[in-house]
Amino acid sequence: MSQVIPLRQSAEEEASHLPPLLARAEHLAGTVLLGEHGRRRAGLGDDFWQYRPVQAGDSLRMIDWRRSARGDSQFVREREWQIAQSVMLWVDQGASMRFQSDKNLPSKADRARLLTLACAIMLLRGGERVGLTGGHLPPRSGEVQIARLAEAFSHDTDEDFAAPEARGMLPHSRAVFASDFLGNIDPITHALTKAADRGVRGVLLQVLDPLEESFPFKGRTIFESVGHTVRHETLKAAELRDRYLERLARRKAELSQLCRLTGWQFHTHHTSDSAQSALLWMWRAIDGGR
Amino acid sequence: MLTLGSLGFTAPWLLLGLLALPILWLILRAVPPAPVRRLFPGVVLLLGLKDDEQVSDRTPWWLLLLRMLAVAAVIVGLAGPVLNPETEDQAGSGPLLIVMDASWASAADWTARQDALDAALAQATRESRPVALIRLTAPEQTAFQSADTVRARLGGILPAAWEPTEADMTRSTEILPEGAFDTLWLSDGLARESRSELLTALKDRGEVRVVESPRSLIALHPAGFDAGNVVLTAQRLGASGERTISIAAHGLDPAGRPAVLARVPATFAADETTATVELSLPSELRARVDRFEIEGQRSAGAVTLPDDSLRRREVALIAGRENREGLELLSPLHYLTKALAPTADLLDGALLDVLPANPDVIVLADVATLSEAEETAVLEWVDKGGMLLRFAGPRLAASDVSRAAEDPLMPVRLRAGGRTVGGAMSWGEPKELADFPQDSPFFGLPVTGEVTVSAQVMAQPDPTLADRVIAALTDGTPLVTRKRIGAGQVVLVHVTANAEWSSLPLSGLFVRMLERLSVSSASESPDAEDLAGTIWQPVSVLDGFGKLEKADNLPGVAGEDLAGAPLGSDLQPGLYKGEDRSLARNVIGADTQLAAMAWPARIAVGGLVRPKETPLAGYLLALATLLLVADVIASLALSGRLRGAGPTVAGLALMLMPQDAPAQSTSEEAFAIRAASEVTLAHVLTGDTALDDMAQAGLFGLSETLFFRTSVEPADPIGVNLETDELAFFPMLYWPITPDQPTPSDEAYAKLNAYLRSGGMILFDTRDADVARFGASSPNGRKLQALAAPLDIPPLEPVPADHVLTRTFYLLQDFPGRYNIRDVWVEAAPPDAELVEGMPFRNLNDNVTPVVIGGNDWAAAWAMDARGAPLFPVGRGYAGERQRELSYRFGVNLVMHVLTGNYKSDQVHVPALLDRLGQ
Repeated sequence: MSQVIPLRQSAEEEASHLPPLLARAEHLAGTVLLGEHGRRRAGLGDDFWQYRPVQAGDSLRMIDWRRSARGDSQFVREREWQIAQSVMLWVDQGASMRFQSDKNLPSKADRARLLTLACAIMLLRGGERVGLTGGHLPPRSGEVQIARLAEAFSHDTDEDFAAPEARGMLPHSRAVFASDFLGNIDPITHALTKAADRGVRGVLLQVLDPLEESFPFKGRTIFESVGHTVRHETLKAAELRDRYLERLARRKAELSQLCRLTGWQFHTHHTSDSAQSALLWMWRAIDGGR
Repeated sequence: MLTLGSLGFTAPWLLLGLLALPILWLILRAVPPAPVRRLFPGVVLLLGLKDDEQVSDRTPWWLLLLRMLAVAAVIVGLAGPVLNPETEDQAGSGPLLIVMDASWASAADWTARQDALDAALAQATRESRPVALIRLTAPEQTAFQSADTVRARLGGILPAAWEPTEADMTRSTEILPEGAFDTLWLSDGLARESRSELLTALKDRGEVRVVESPRSLIALHPAGFDAGNVVLTAQRLGASGERTISIAAHGLDPAGRPAVLARVPATFAADETTATVELSLPSELRARVDRFEIEGQRSAGAVTLPDDSLRRREVALIAGRENREGLELLSPLHYLTKALAPTADLLDGALLDVLPANPDVIVLADVATLSEAEETAVLEWVDKGGMLLRFAGPRLAASDVSRAAEDPLMPVRLRAGGRTVGGAMSWGEPKELADFPQDSPFFGLPVTGEVTVSAQVMAQPDPTLADRVIAALTDGTPLVTRKRIGAGQVVLVHVTANAEWSSLPLSGLFVRMLERLSVSSASESPDAEDLAGTIWQPVSVLDGFGKLEKADNLPGVAGEDLAGAPLGSDLQPGLYKGEDRSLARNVIGADTQLAAMAWPARIAVGGLVRPKETPLAGYLLALATLLLVADVIASLALSGRLRGAGPTVAGLALMLMPQDAPAQSTSEEAFAIRAASEVTLAHVLTGDTALDDMAQAGLFGLSETLFFRTSVEPADPIGVNLETDELAFFPMLYWPITPDQPTPSDEAYAKLNAYLRSGGMILFDTRDADVARFGASSPNGRKLQALAAPLDIPPLEPVPADHVLTRTFYLLQDFPGRYNIRDVWVEAAPPDAELVEGMPFRNLNDNVTPVVIGGNDWAAAWAMDARGAPLFPVGRGYAGERQRELSYRFGVNLVMHVLTGNYKSDQVHVPALLDRLGQ
């Protein structure tokens, strides 16, 4: 009994994170759907895609008789998205993502989760199957999966810079990796090449805080990672600015080079920018990978 | 004590600490600022980056300077600096006599004098000298006593409004205490002959020191009158550069409150001691002025009281016969005009024309009969205080006026024909004036032999005649008679107003008699001769500071004294009232000249003020603290830790600021901003907390639903208090009904009606499932009827199937809440609405229905908590959830209806539009 109550309490606390994230993600997803796809959301069933002449191997059942009756040849009515695509998500849950430079800005983790979940909602509504890499949450379809994803996103890990999880990826599926990608680049390279080997293509979304782009520091400073594992002391922080920015640009260049090699798409998003534009980019990038 | 100029140090050795400052500078300079810890995820990218130079960052020079200044301020502050230290003072021993002039001239800087006196007494206390004090304006027997005793009475020593008279000085000399003593004379700086005697007496007893104010003394002469303007002259003691003063005219405003009626600047030229300025005032305003005052000069000499001299009486002159050209000297009004013109405003015209102007005096020169209307009007005017002055003449003598019975407008009955004496055809000599009797207003005027009367009208002997005679001839026949009527009087002069019958109009006596009758007012201050024999009662007197005080308890003053005697405690400056007029006695006469006292060279003359001893240590230490605080802030800013502290500092500053902003208006404004910045749903606060919470939760649920499903994105709902809150911001009000909620006030109903007329909507919810059907007698229904009775509500009907509410967003047939009853009432369709062929619905009202009335307890069905979970059960199972969904849809439709009006009804026009487009 004594253990049930704390468990219940912590469960309630955990659950209380979900509705706001879910609600915001749904709202965000709603705006994109309304804008780009119009009535598709209220669609009555499978979408019409095109008529094509019957080919050898098509069963009679697939012939659209109404269309075929207008002419001599027979046509098959092709529908859009008849085969559900699997989309694997990975969101960096590391401590470095929990950084926010300003009270008014969301933390990087917050933004990454929001974008990924909104993307997942749109995909699920489109009939896709969405899951997490690593085998904890295999791709499934349906609204319930949204809640499961949201629940999975609400767990933080303690390690400072998390490495991408590339296990359990279905061949030829799509993938979304969201992180700040500031940690060691080797695991990233490893994960992406492994994914490319399996024919998985996808999106690399780098979420950065505006402070990380501007580096406005001066004077004697000790920089610490959010998990307090890495630290660096300097006497003149302003002197480091150019070299830091150069390293950051090099990191971005490496990532996009990596993406070009593996057929992925790379995008840097800042938490100070609108989430909607990043979501639009993600949606197009995934759509384009179809 | 070390003294540098006017600066002294009590602990000068501490100043050596300043030598340590350069060492401190070197030490502080070498210490780098503490590092800042920052969380920064990009730190991995920084790893391995080396600093270019290994030199530590130095503290900036200005921060060092700040710290040095703080330390220096502490060192100097602890060394005990004192500004103007009192190093030495006039020491003395033995008794001390303090002589104060205490005249009006000392009043302007009385506080400084009291401070000087206080300082002198304090010193005497320290030196244990006995002190005696003499005020020259009010000399009293005095004895030496301890300085503390005198000091205790200090606050009660006030200046008098007059200067010490010779008698005062003599008495002061007589009552000097026995023995030898030193003297401190607080002089007002004005020259007075009588000083020398006292000064000699004082010098015999010991050392005399004089203290005078260096301030320039300014006094105001009595207001004069010249060519319609008030002339004000100010005089100052000693020409000391150009200076502008402001003279204010005080008086009662039309509402009877004391006010400044006019203000005029006067400028002393650089080398002039007088400044004259003319003030043009309308006569109505001029008559209300009760004093002129130099602003900022708190003394009786800076105040002058105008008496009747500023008041120009209005006198209407009416003659019995027309002026004939060329016979000016024979005109009955000629001498009157000459006598009155300098001091009175003369009115010409017919009697009935001048009466509305309400003149002070009407003079009828040889007018015998008045028409009945005129007589009534004049009688009424006299009764209210007017003065009717009649002169006799041939017409009056020939008429029957006041012959048999006394005319109301005549003081006496007249005998027929009058008499002529001393003429060519008569016996006797022309008659002369007798001395004026004691009760006559003319009493005291000298009677000279130059006035002779050769003809007059004769009064009929009557029992009342003796009382009415105020001037008579030597043979006892009345020359001037007077009768009082109400508040006014009628005076008859038994001779003509020109020189035909007597030489009276040619004499100076005539003018003075007119003055005494206050037909005219004296243009200059009267001399003793004019005022002889009169007694004047003080009305208000000035105190030394120039403030008017009531003088009811002071005795009357003889006219001769009032004119000539010097001011003193028996004759205080102020306003005195005589029989019919008032006179002012001012501190400064028209010819008073201010002159500075020239003290003999042996006498030490000091100023009032000496620089005050000011310890500076506190200021310096406070400065050091401020500098250190600045240093803390600057250090924080330098090390980048000020960002978090910013709001704290701002908060502290806010807390320290005076909170005088009106909280009411800001809260109203905050409410308006909150309600108007987003679409906001609102519910009426019923006073039942549970119900209000439920309504709030219901509208919150509806707002959330709208947010997710539609492009309406409302803010959190607000509960409104009908009595205090503005309703105009809300598109709709949800009003749940309880039987015991208070009925709004009339103002609230006025607000509600304005709200309904300007497009607002109220959703009434009886929440009783309408069990008794609408309008019947459930408690909530009855309450609803009572509440809604004063509202401006149009005819209602149950929602028709084609009402726009059924299709604004969702297509609905029912409007369920927690209950599902069909009867929901809205504004009735106009009677001429008809279903047009081919149309799915009628073209109904153009507007939003002002009320929706039902009993389905919608708020309970809408209510959700912060997480979106429903708060109240609706129905059972899936059917219940369906009903809740429909209730949300009703809510969405309702808000859409409120926000878009009959937009959806406009679809009836679609066929016509398509037809027109040729589709």
